[in-house]
Amino acid sequence: MKMPLSALIGLVLTGLFLFVAIFAQFLAPYPIDSAVGGVWESPSSTYLLGTDTIGRDILSRLIYGAQVTIFVAAASSILAFSLGAILGFVAATKGGWVDQVLSRLVDLVMAIPSLIIALVVLSVLPLNLTVLILVMGVLDATRVFRLSRAVAVDITVMDYVEAARLRGEGGGWIIFREILPNALSPLVAEFGLRFIFAVLFISTLSFLGLGIQPPLTDWGGMVKENKDALVYGKSAALMPAMAIAALAISVNLVADWILSRTTSLKGGRGA
Amino acid sequence: MHPVLKLVAQRIALGLLLLLAVSAVIFLGVEALPGDTAQAILGQSATPQALANLREKMGLDQPAMVRYFHWLGGILTGDLGKALTNGQDIAQAIGQRLGNTLFLAACAGAISVPLAILLGLVAARYNGRWPDKLISGITLSTISLPEFVAAYFVIYLLTQLIPIFNPVAMVFPGMGFWEKLHAVALPVIVLVLVVLAHMMRMTRAAILNVMQSAYIETAELKGLSPMQVIWRHAFPNAIAPIVSVVVLNLAYLVVGVVVVEVVFGYNALGQFLVDHVAKRDLPVVQAVGVIFAGVYISLNILADVIAIVANPRLRHPR
Amino acid sequence: MSEQFDRIVMQMRQGGMTRREFVGRATALGVSTALASAIFTKGARAEEAKKGGVIRVGMSGGESTNSLDPALAASEVPFQVNMTWGEMLTDVKPDGTLDMRIAEEVSSTPDASEWKFKIRKGVEYHNGATVTAEDVVATLKRHTDEKSQSGALGVVKGIAEMKAEGDMVTLKLSEANADLPYLMADYHLIIQPGGGVDNPTAAIGAGPYKVNVNEPGVRHTFTKHANYFDSTMGHADEVEILVINDNTARTAALQSGQVHMINRVDPKIVELLKGVPGVSIKAVAGRGHYVFIMHCDKAPFDNNDVRMALKLAINRDEMVQKILGGLGSVGNDFPINSAYPLFDDSIPQRTFDAAKAGELYKKSGHDGSPIILRTAPGAFPGAVEAAQLFAASAQSAGIPLEVKLEPDDGYWSNVWNVEPFCASYWGGRPVQDQMYSTAYLSTAEWNDTKFKNAKFDELLLAARGELDAAKRKSEYSEMANILRDEGGLILPMFNDFVSGVSDTIGGWQDDPNGELMNGRAQVRCWLNS
Repeated sequence: MKMPLSALIGLVLTGLFLFVAIFAQFLAPYPIDSAVGGVWESPSSTYLLGTDTIGRDILSRLIYGAQVTIFVAAASSILAFSLGAILGFVAATKGGWVDQVLSRLVDLVMAIPSLIIALVVLSVLPLNLTVLILVMGVLDATRVFRLSRAVAVDITVMDYVEAARLRGEGGGWIIFREILPNALSPLVAEFGLRFIFAVLFISTLSFLGLGIQPPLTDWGGMVKENKDALVYGKSAALMPAMAIAALAISVNLVADWILSRTTSLKGGRGA
Repeated sequence: MHPVLKLVAQRIALGLLLLLAVSAVIFLGVEALPGDTAQAILGQSATPQALANLREKMGLDQPAMVRYFHWLGGILTGDLGKALTNGQDIAQAIGQRLGNTLFLAACAGAISVPLAILLGLVAARYNGRWPDKLISGITLSTISLPEFVAAYFVIYLLTQLIPIFNPVAMVFPGMGFWEKLHAVALPVIVLVLVVLAHMMRMTRAAILNVMQSAYIETAELKGLSPMQVIWRHAFPNAIAPIVSVVVLNLAYLVVGVVVVEVVFGYNALGQFLVDHVAKRDLPVVQAVGVIFAGVYISLNILADVIAIVANPRLRHPR
Repeated sequence: MSEQFDRIVMQMRQGGMTRREFVGRATALGVSTALASAIFTKGARAEEAKKGGVIRVGMSGGESTNSLDPALAASEVPFQVNMTWGEMLTDVKPDGTLDMRIAEEVSSTPDASEWKFKIRKGVEYHNGATVTAEDVVATLKRHTDEKSQSGALGVVKGIAEMKAEGDMVTLKLSEANADLPYLMADYHLIIQPGGGVDNPTAAIGAGPYKVNVNEPGVRHTFTKHANYFDSTMGHADEVEILVINDNTARTAALQSGQVHMINRVDPKIVELLKGVPGVSIKAVAGRGHYVFIMHCDKAPFDNNDVRMALKLAINRDEMVQKILGGLGSVGNDFPINSAYPLFDDSIPQRTFDAAKAGELYKKSGHDGSPIILRTAPGAFPGAVEAAQLFAASAQSAGIPLEVKLEPDDGYWSNVWNVEPFCASYWGGRPVQDQMYSTAYLSTAEWNDTKFKNAKFDELLLAARGELDAAKRKSEYSEMANILRDEGGLILPMFNDFVSGVSDTIGGWQDDPNGELMNGRAQVRCWLNS
C-alpha cells in the first residue's frame, strides 16, 4: 500500500522532533539557562529565533524543551492508554460488579475537579518527572477508560464476540483478539489528541508551580513565561506555541494514517 | 419497570452515593494541603496571636471530623453556610456564579456540539480528500494552542484590530440577554475553538469505524447517497463513543474553564473555586466541588442512557 | 526637543506661564502656533478638576475571597476598595509629609511618649452619623485587642493606653515613638462607627464614596458620598473597580477604553505600549522591594561568609534591566532607599563581584552541596526568572546555587518564613523605623531573616524616640551598615509602581507611598471628557 503524502510529512516531522529531542545536547547552540542576550530580542544571526523574557536563546530552549515535552507527554499518554484501555475493556467484557466498581471509581476521580487532585497529590508527593508522569497518566487514564468502555460495550454485543464466548475463549483472548482490533480506530484517534492534551497539561501544571523544575523547561511553560509579549508579535511566545502546533499536527497525521491502515487491515474497504 | 428506567433509577441512586464520597474525598484532600484558612488570609502579615484569634473565630480549632459532619448536616437541611474568608452567604454567592457558568457552557456547547458533529460527518464523507484534510488541519491547530494563547489572539483581533467586543467579559444581573451574549462572545469563541477538534475527530473516527460493516454495504447497494448512508445508518451505530466524548467536553465546559474565566475576568465558578482552594475555605470548596461533581455525574448518566437507547442490542441485554 | 518641551508644558500646567509666553517658547522649539495654543488651552483647563462621570479602574490582586473588613485587607484590590470608602486618622502625602484626615491636629509630649489627636468637626459617615473621638478609640481598640486578627496588630501594639475626651484622642505609648502619626496612616486603621466591632464588613466609613455593589473578585462599584468633608477629592459621580487579574486582558481593557486606569503594567511591555495613542504609562519610584531572604540561624546561612558570598554573587544591574525592564533601582541589601526621610546616600553601592564571591564561598568551608533557593511565580512578578538569573550568576562564581520552583498555592504559609532561603517581597513603610521594627528587630513577629543583633536593636530603640534629626540619621545609617554587612537580606532591586492611565484622566500625581496614588487615584483624579 502506498503511503499518502500527508502521512509521509507527518512521519518526517515526528521523526525530526524525536531526533531533536534525543540529540538536544549536541544541537543546542547555547546552554538552556544562561541569559546570553537582551530581553525579547528579535531573531538575528546570533539568536536565530530571538531571546526570551530574561534574554535566553529561544532556539536552545526550544531544543531542550523538546526533550522534556515529548518525553513526558509520550510517557504519560502511553501509561494512560495501557491502563485506561485495558481496564475499560475488562469492565465492558466482565460487566456486573467489576464494571460497576471500576466505573464508579473512575467517576469518583473524574468528578473531582482535576485542579484539586493535582494540587493535593503533587503537594504531598515529591516533585520529579516520574511522579509527574504517573499523576498525569492516571488522571488521563480515567478519560481513556470511559471511551474504551463505551466502544467495547458496543462490540461485546456483536455476534462474533458471542461466538468467541461460545467457543470458550478466555477473557484475555477476547479482549486482545476480538475487542482491541475492532476498537482501535477510535482509540488511535483519541491517542493523538490525548498526547497534545498532555503537552498542554504540563504547561498548566508549570503555571501552578507544580510542573517542570527549572532549569529544565517545556514548550507550554515557555509560552507561559513569554505570554505577555504574545499580542505584540514577539517570537519568544510565538515560537513555542508554533512548535506545539507543529508537533500536534504531525503526530495526528501519523495517527490518521494508522487509523486508515487499521481500517483496511480489518478487511473492510479501507479509505 | 422498563429496564432502561430501572437502570436510570439505579444510576441516580449510585450518583447520590458518589456525591457523598466526592465530598468526603475533597474534604480530606483540602485538609491534607499544608496551611489553613487563617494562615492563607493573613498571609505575609500573620502573627501567631492573630492566627490563633482568627482560627478560633472561624471554628478551625475544632477537629476535622466535627467540621465535616457539621457541614454535611447543613447541606442536608439546605444550608450551605457562610464563607470562612469573607462571611458571604455561600448559596447566594454560588447561585449567581453557577448561572454564569451554565450560561457560558450552554452558549459554547450550543455552537460547538452541532458544529463538531457536522464537521465530523463531512470529514468522514470526504475521507482522505481535501475537505477532510482542511477540517482536520484547522481543528488540529486550534486544539494545540494553549487556551490562553487562543484567548490572547482573539482579544488582540476583536478588541484592538477590529474593536467590536470588550476584553473583559463580566456579566451582571440586570443585563439583557443580548447584552450578555455580546459580553461573553470572546470566551465563547475561545471555548468553541478549544473543544471543537476533540468531538469532531471522534465523530469522524467512529463513523469510519462502522463504515466497513456489512449493513453499510447493504445500504449503499440499496442506492442511498453517501450522506444518507452516513446519517441514517452509520451515525446511529457510532453514537456511543461520540456521546462519550461530547459529554466529556460538556463537562469540561462546565468545570474546566478556569483559564478562560481568568483571562476574560468572567465571574463564574471556576475562578471562585480556585480562589477558595488557595485560601483553604472548605465550606465553599465543598459546595462548588459537589456542584461540579453533580454536573459531571448527571451528564454521564445521560450519556449512558443515550448510548443504550441508540443501540438496539444494548437495549435488551442478554 | 521633547524633553525641553515637556518641561515647559509642566511649567505651564503649574500655572507659571501666560499663553503668550508659552506659545512663544513652544514655537521656538519648532511647534506650530496653533498646536501650542491648543496645548495651552488643554493644559490650563486640566488644572481645573472636572466633576461627574464614572471612573473605572482595572486591577490585578483581587480574589473572590476578599472581605470588606479593613483589618483583613492584604492584597491590592481590597486596599484600593478600602481607600475609596474609608478614611484613617492621617495619611501620607506624596512628598512624605503628614496629611491630616479625620484628625485635624496632632501634638505630642516632648519625649514623644504621649500623643494627642484632635478630631475634625462634622465629618459624616455614609449612614449620616458623625465621626467621634469614641469611634476612633473603638477602632484602634479593635485592631490592638488581644482577640484581634488585624494586619495592623503589630503596628499598634505599642499603644499602652488610649482615651477619648470631647474631640480629643490621647494615646499613651509604652515606648516613645516619634513616628506615631505615620503609624496611624496604616491602611488597616480605617475609622468605623463604633470601631466596626459589631459589623466589621459593613463598609460604613467617612470616605468619599459609598459601596454600592460588592462582588469580591469581580467588581466593586461606588456612588459619591454627598456629605464628604473634603472638597478636593471625590470628583466623579461614581467609581468602579473591576478585577482583571490577567495582564494582557487588563492592558487590552485600558487600550480599548473599557477602563481608565490599570495597575501592575508588566514593565517589560512598557516599551511596546509607548506607541499606543490615548494611554500613558506612569512609572513611580517607591519603597517596595524584591528580595531573597536567608535565615541567619540556619546552616549554611549561619555563616556570614556564605551570606556575603551570595550577596556579591547577584548581578543587580542585570536584575533591574531584565526583571524590572529598567523601571526600578538597584538595592544595597538594606530595605531603605532615597524615598525614605533620613536616608544616608553615602553608603557605598554593593556590586556583582564573582571573584570575591567565589573566594568568600571557599573561605566559608561550605561542603559544596547544592544551596536551594525556593521561589514561586507569585513571590513577586518575575520571581522565577530572577531566581534563575541569580542561580546563573552565582554558578559563574562557583557557588552551587539551585532554584526550586514552589507552587503559588500556600507559598506564604509553607515556604516564606519556613524555608531558610526563598524569594519574597516587601511593600515598604512610610518611615524607616516602621520598616526596621516590622522585620529586622530581633523580636519582630515578621523577622523573616531571623536576624538578631543586639547593637542593631539598641540603635533602633534609641532612634525611635530621638527627636534630633541629624542624630537620628546617623543612627539609621549605622543600622543600615550593620544590616547590609551581616544581615540575611539580599535586596537586589526596588521596583517602581507601573500604572497605565488613559489620557482622559486629569489630576494624576506620582505618589511613592503606594500603587495608583497610594490607593487614591480614583478619588483624587477626574475625567476630562
